[in-house]
This record gives sequence, C-alpha cells and structure tokens, in this order.
Amino acid sequence: MRTTIFVPGDAAALALGADAVATAISEEAARRGIAIKLVRNGSRGMVWLEPLVEVATPRGRIAYGPVAPAEVPGLFAAGFLTGGVHALCLGPTEEIPWLARQQRLVCRRVGVVDPRSLADYVARGGGEGLRRARAMAPAEIVRAVTESGLRGRGGAAFPAGIKWQTVRATAAPQKYVVCNADEGDSGTFSDRMLMEGDPYCLLEGMAIAGLAVGAAQGYIYVRSEYPHAVAALEAALAGAGDFLGNFTIEVRVGAGSYVCGEETALLESIEGKRGIVRAKPPLPAVAGLFGQPTLINNLITFASVPDILAQGAAAYRDLGCGRSRGTLPFQLAGNIKHGGLVEVPFGLSLRELLYDFGGGSRSGRPLRAVQVGGPLGAYLPEAQFDTLLDYEAFAAIGAGLGHGGIVAFDDTVDLAGQARYAMKFCAIESCGKCTPCRIGSTRGVEVIDRIRAGDGRQIALLEELCETMTQGSLCAMGSMTPIPVLSALRHFAEDFGGKCE
Amino acid sequence: MESSAIVAHIIEQHRVRPGALLPMLHAMQDALGCIPPEAVPPIAQALNLSRAEVHGVISYYAHFRQTPPGRHVVRVCCAEACQAVGGEALAEHARERLAGSGITLEPVYCLGLCACGPSVQVDETTLHARVTLEKLDALIAALESAS
Repeated sequence: MRTTIFVPGDAAALALGADAVATAISEEAARRGIAIKLVRNGSRGMVWLEPLVEVATPRGRIAYGPVAPAEVPGLFAAGFLTGGVHALCLGPTEEIPWLARQQRLVCRRVGVVDPRSLADYVARGGGEGLRRARAMAPAEIVRAVTESGLRGRGGAAFPAGIKWQTVRATAAPQKYVVCNADEGDSGTFSDRMLMEGDPYCLLEGMAIAGLAVGAAQGYIYVRSEYPHAVAALEAALAGAGDFLGNFTIEVRVGAGSYVCGEETALLESIEGKRGIVRAKPPLPAVAGLFGQPTLINNLITFASVPDILAQGAAAYRDLGCGRSRGTLPFQLAGNIKHGGLVEVPFGLSLRELLYDFGGGSRSGRPLRAVQVGGPLGAYLPEAQFDTLLDYEAFAAIGAGLGHGGIVAFDDTVDLAGQARYAMKFCAIESCGKCTPCRIGSTRGVEVIDRIRAGDGRQIALLEELCETMTQGSLCAMGSMTPIPVLSALRHFAEDFGGKCE
Repeated sequence: MESSAIVAHIIEQHRVRPGALLPMLHAMQDALGCIPPEAVPPIAQALNLSRAEVHGVISYYAHFRQTPPGRHVVRVCCAEACQAVGGEALAEHARERLAGSGITLEPVYCLGLCACGPSVQVDETTLHARVTLEKLDALIAALESAS
C-alpha cells in the first residue's frame, strides 16, 4: 500500500518553495525504493507553516512544516511516512489549534481534497447540494438561499436570495451566471485559495445558481495576476465530465484592472470592452451581460451555496450574529505572525482574530493600525480592535468588512503615507468615467502632499474633496477611497504633521 | 510561424466567441510577448470594431503591452499587505538594481500572497514570498546569468 503524501500546489506554498519540496520527496522516495502517492493539494491556510507537508496515516493526516528541501532526507529517516517524530512534526493536522478553533464551511475541503480529482471531491461530500437542487423547483432553491441569510461576499453584503429572485423572475430566452473572481483587494486571497484548493465547489455552486435562475451558461472572471488559479479551474473543467449537466462554464481572464472587480465593469470586460463602470439602473439582474439578465456574485457566495443546500438553510443561518449569518473566510495579512485563512462564524472580535489567531505582528513590534476590507476599507486604531466582526458593527464605526481581508501594520507605519497611497491607487485604477474619481484622486494626492509638507490649512480642503468623491462618484472606487483617507486622518492625526486641529 | 501568420491564426481561433477581444489579446501576448501595432487592423476588421476601439482596450488594461518586454519581467507587489512588511523599500531597491539591466520591472497590485509578503512574480509563472533585499539580488543575479 503506497503512502499518500500531500504537498500543497497553492500559489502561496509555491512562492515559499513547495515545488522543490515535492521534487525532493519524490527523489528521496525513489532513492529508498519506496512507492508513494504524491498529491498536490490546496493550502490549509496556515501560511507561516508553508510548505506544510502532510502524510496520510491510520491516525489521520500528520503535518510537518515548514519543510525545506534539505530537511526531506531527515524526515524519511525519522519515519515520517508513518507519522514519525521529527522537530518539524505538528501532529495531526486537524488538531493544530489554529485550525481546530475554526469552523470551516465554504473552505471545508480546501487543503484537504485533491483539487484535480472530481472523484475525491464527491467522496468528501461534494455534489450533494447539486443533487438536491436537481430535485427542487427553482423557487425552492432561491428560498433556501434566502432563508440561509447568505449575503454577497464580495463586499457589498447584499442579500443573495433577493438578487437570485430578481434574476429568476426576469423573463428572457438567455440568462447568465457570472462569478466575480477578480479578487483585487490587497490582503485577500480566499477566492484564490478556493479556486486552487477546491475548484469543484465553485463549479457546483454556479451550476446550482444556473438551475435556480434558469441559466445554462456561466462565466468565471479571474484576474490575470492569478495564473495558478486559472490553471486549476481549467483543469477542473476539463475533468468535470457530466458533473455539471447541461450547464457550461467558461473561464475569462482579466488584464490587470482593479476596477473590473466592480460588477458592471467586469461585465463590460467579458464583453471585450474597456472595464468602464456602467450607470445603474438597469441592474445586471435585469440587463447584465450582453444585455441579458445576469446573476453576478462573488466566488465565495457561489461556493457557499452547495453546503447550504446539502446541510439545509437553517444550519447555515444558525451561525453568526445579528444580520450577518453563517461564516466568513477572513484573511489575516500584512505584518502578522500567523497569517492565513481563518473561517469562523461572524461575531468574533477583531482583536481575537489579530492576537488569538494572528499572534500579533510578524516584526514583534506593537500593532498600530489595521486596514479591514481592502484598499477601500478603513484604517482602524487599537481602540477599535474590540469591534465585532459583523457587517452592521463595522458599518456603525464607518468601516466595512468587505471581502474579509485584514491587513495589519506595526508601529512603524505612517498613516499619512497610507492615505496618500489610497488616493494614488484610486488615480492609477480609476476607470475615468466620472470626474470625482478621475480628477479627485489626483488632487487628493497633491493635497495630502501639501499637508505632509506642513500646510495644515489643507486639511479642510481634503475633507471637502473627500465629501465630493463620496457623494459624486459613480461606483465604490471613487466613493469609498475617502474611507481609508478620512479614517487615517481621524484616528492617526499625529501622522499628518500634528496640524489637524 | 511568422508573427502575421500567428496573428491570423489567433484571430480565426477566437473570432466567433462572444466577447472575443480579451481572449484574443491574451493569446496574442502569450504567443508574441506583446500585441504588435500591425495586429490592430486585422483584429478590428475581424470583430467589426474600429481600430480606435481596439487600441482603447489594449491601452486601458495594464496587463497588455504594445512593445516587447525585456528578457524577463519582474513584478513587485506594491499593495498594502506587502507595504506593511517592507514592500516599498523592496520596490525601490528593484528600481535601482534593474535600471538598464534589460529586465523589465512592473508594479503589480496584489498577487494574493498577502500573508507572506513582500511578494514578487517573475515571468508570470514563478512566485517568491517574504522577499528581502538580499533575496531579490540573488533572484536577479540568477536571471542575469541564465539569459
């Protein structure tokens, strides 16, 4: 019986040398005349332990990490194929506290399953949601999604069921299901990990959506910065056989435009145009891709659906707090000791995530600021770390959870510099359609430069500029760029030259 | 195959797809390293677009380039999560180190490696995490000696 060894093929693991580890393991096994089965799984999400090698044993999967190629002969010598003792041994993977404390639903198979094997996916419970959906009326599927309380995971947190119902109720000969996998927010990587670690879950969610709204064609729009995710999806589609029935999915690759993560710009891009934001209405649910009713959701939204149908809407709704139901895969990033993927129900505090999971800063210095929700998210000071991770609790402090990305900064950060970057990023990425965003962002960089040079009178001008951008921009790019700028100014005034009184 | 033949072949492969332009441009850049100016008129004709519309799309997206890159393309992440762990100093160091080297340096705004930054991508295939100044120097030296 060949021992199965798991070496992640996830992009973060690859960036930390997983391919060299996989090669070293194959060579060492061959040298010793041992037959092994090497599986390139996704990542378990414990990025500081990557490359994390797992060995299947009768006691379950035993983890070793972080493994360097030079340590491979030593691992064999220590009997790691039977879970032998070694300095890198972390014990049974599922019992590692960081993982054991999580409640993984949407990411339950990420890092566990062989992402290239439909058979493995099905053996681990995959396909059950789609099987049930096929026996349900479209309206029943939509009702299950509505009753689960699932909200859009891209950042806007719009109730998914309402969107699904709108598309279902709009009559048209052709409808589309579009997955937004243009995960451009810095500090986020859950979409990438799911595509690379459990792509069939996404395909299943989209096929269920197709049944619910009456669409037979799906598109997945993936950013060009994610070539490994594109390859994983293409491989999964090639191996899907008749798993999706008559629902067809095509992968479309972006081209380095952040604003294409905005749903209407994304649709323009699939149509082969510049990624320019459309005015709404009409909503994409009524007139979306190629002018047809289109269900466009974030990847995590679609990937949440198979489990909701398989386990029942109530099981999902029972998790979370307030109006934020279910779980969110948070991503701990930036200057953090134990960064990675933390899927938990809504309701933990930011502090628990930063310290109980994250272990504080990577540099060892105090954490000073945290940006939650990507480049358009607020910078929060230590005084707000006790905020509960819940859409409404974050809205109450003028912040947002966005796509669940959390970027930590230690006390060497200059928040005036970060505010300037927010404006600069908006200037680089603005699609140019509306004036407040296109011009306001460039003026914003200039005004912040003058403030940093000591002209405190410009603070009022910056605030007015932000007000114009917030009220006058067509989409979130321009209207939310003021959030990081003003939160930095409000909570870290001392970084702006102490002239903010 | 000559580049005009490659262009013609790619146009034929993709022209009937709905929203064919981006897949077509990706295929061309993958095959030729860039989208040469002489490819614009036949693309426009095949898709019933004006040359200005095609040019508008090519120049809108940061990923597409109209001239060939250097021997290698090094992308350094300049987004917040990498900034939090020294990404700006790394990008500045890369600028100085790669000036006049024949290797193209491009900024990239997030590679999705945010828990192990600063991150670098080489030639769209190879990824590197927790890149220090020394590690970057070694990476560049390896690229220079290989090419």
